[in-house]
Amino acid sequence: MYRDALREALDEEMQRDPTVFIIGEGIAERGGSYKVTEGLLAKYGPHRVRDTPIAEAGMIGVGVGAAIAGARPVVEILYVDFAMLGMDMLVNQAAKFRLMTGGDGRVPFVMRTQGGTGGGVAAQHSQSLEALFYHIPGLKVVMPSVPADAKGLLKYALRQSDPVMFLEHKHLYMTKGLVPDGEHVIEFGKADIKRPGKDVTIIAWSNMIPRALEAAAKLAEEGIDAEVLDPRTLVPLDKAAILASVAKTNRVVIVQEAVRRGGVASDIASIIQEEAFYHLDAPIEIVAGLNVPVPFNLELEKASIPQLPNIIAAVRRSLHLKSDATAAQ
Amino acid sequence: MSLQKKRPNVPDPELLEKLFRTAFKIRVFETEGIKLYRQGLIRGYFHPYLGQEGIATGVCAALREGDYIASTHRGHGHCIAWGADVKRMVAELLQKETGYCRGYGGSMHIADIHNGNLGANGIVGAGTPLGVGAALAAQIKGSDAVTVTFSTDGASNNGTFLESLNLAAIWNLAFVLVIENNRYAVSTRIEESTRDADLYKRGLSIGVESHQVDGNDPLAVYELTKEAVRKCREGKGPILIEAKTFRHMGHHVNDPGKYMPADELAYYKERDPVDRARNALTEMSGIEQSKIEAIEDEIRKEFEDAVEFSKASREITMAEFEEFAADY
Repeated sequence: MYRDALREALDEEMQRDPTVFIIGEGIAERGGSYKVTEGLLAKYGPHRVRDTPIAEAGMIGVGVGAAIAGARPVVEILYVDFAMLGMDMLVNQAAKFRLMTGGDGRVPFVMRTQGGTGGGVAAQHSQSLEALFYHIPGLKVVMPSVPADAKGLLKYALRQSDPVMFLEHKHLYMTKGLVPDGEHVIEFGKADIKRPGKDVTIIAWSNMIPRALEAAAKLAEEGIDAEVLDPRTLVPLDKAAILASVAKTNRVVIVQEAVRRGGVASDIASIIQEEAFYHLDAPIEIVAGLNVPVPFNLELEKASIPQLPNIIAAVRRSLHLKSDATAAQ
Repeated sequence: MSLQKKRPNVPDPELLEKLFRTAFKIRVFETEGIKLYRQGLIRGYFHPYLGQEGIATGVCAALREGDYIASTHRGHGHCIAWGADVKRMVAELLQKETGYCRGYGGSMHIADIHNGNLGANGIVGAGTPLGVGAALAAQIKGSDAVTVTFSTDGASNNGTFLESLNLAAIWNLAFVLVIENNRYAVSTRIEESTRDADLYKRGLSIGVESHQVDGNDPLAVYELTKEAVRKCREGKGPILIEAKTFRHMGHHVNDPGKYMPADELAYYKERDPVDRARNALTEMSGIEQSKIEAIEDEIRKEFEDAVEFSKASREITMAEFEEFAADY
């Protein structure tokens, strides 16, 4: 499972590098709200697995300081929504330090957190905030969708030298998937084709990958062969893989759970139109969350983020086919 | 000399000379730096440390190689007291490639990460969590290094003050928080920011050993810090030190500081930290006046050389910048 893969990555890297340590709320004895750090306290002791008070700015800042001084902190923030309390430390400190020191200072800092809707956890515990971090030069943004990527990317995060926003999804912790045996490290900036196809490219990440794959399976039933591309890391973004896929399929649908306005999907669309305009046979489709805080009511929550029919309808539009979803309305 | 060594309360003449050298070097750097600013050679922001020299001087003299400091937006004095190369500091202010940050940082961001200087900081209050983080890194690595964060009265009202000092406390970190209480947060008087202007009491409220000292007395600052650092190395940290002081001018070079009452300024100027370092050296070590003048000339010359060095240095090229930026 996704959470076990994350735990394996932490365990292996803590074993390999004695400067790796974890701080966060309820992550030691309790093992974290999503059980990712379960068992690590017993194995590595209270020096390297520490509970913190509820003080996000403090714990993120302390993590950044420890990274500057040569340790490798993993700061677990319960919800990405709570990371907003530590934004100065991420945006003005961690992201800026390397440039401000003329390249001398590095910040090998990892913030692990999770976002997305979770079935009625309401507006302050449901956000997808990757665009905020994506906007800040100096931060790496990682959004694994499957257990193998979760493990390989987290291991890489703990070996590179820049601040990493490692954004998990609350719906993915219990999902299953094969994880390769042995040393499994995935470099940042390498997209993965989760399903090869020739008719249309669906670009998605995090929890939108399972949904995009489901859409692709449905579309296959009617003879539409969709390629599902997972950038895995939004910063750095594997532009080459995206452009190659677009050159192959000539049609693009980008799916994000985050709200549409100012989102990463819009930026990817702008890159594609700038660098692959003449490969496009249809306008780029974006399927995104509504520009609204996520409501508590389950039906409204569902309506506020992309659902299967929305993705299928967008693919159909892109192929200039009559949309069943539209027809049904 | 032999007579003095028999008197335990009389400090080592070498220490007294060191304190004076540091305080005077900061004074020259800031005074001459302001001239360069007025000539248009230094751009951007410049927050002079004039009047507060006693604190950086006393604190850094109590630290040793391997320790860490984190500083504020008013950070030149901390760098100098930490032993920074004046040439590379001036070069940074003149945005040259030979500067500490190759011209990428400027006055508010001078750092020397390879020598334990975590850097100045443009965000008030940010140095405290960063310093606590360095202390945490030291604890995890099993090192006995001590980290000092220079902070301010203004930063004491920021949430990071409580959040990070509390973390240092629950983890018994080797961390000294030095609050330079110069009574003004930019232009806001401390009485308008807090009911109790004795900021050391805030440490007591979360179980942190806390002290107050006359920040304009470099020797007193040194002695208190030395004791604090010793305790930290023994695992009895963190410790908070509030050093009372005053700015000799406004918040930055272009702030006339009219909100600072003349009598208040006069009071502190009479207790000038550089004069006190000089007097302590004269009175307690019996040094000759000519030796003091020679020290002062040497320090002025060092600054002049730094200016020449910086003027002769090149700036980062566009090609170098593009290569750097491409990695983002």
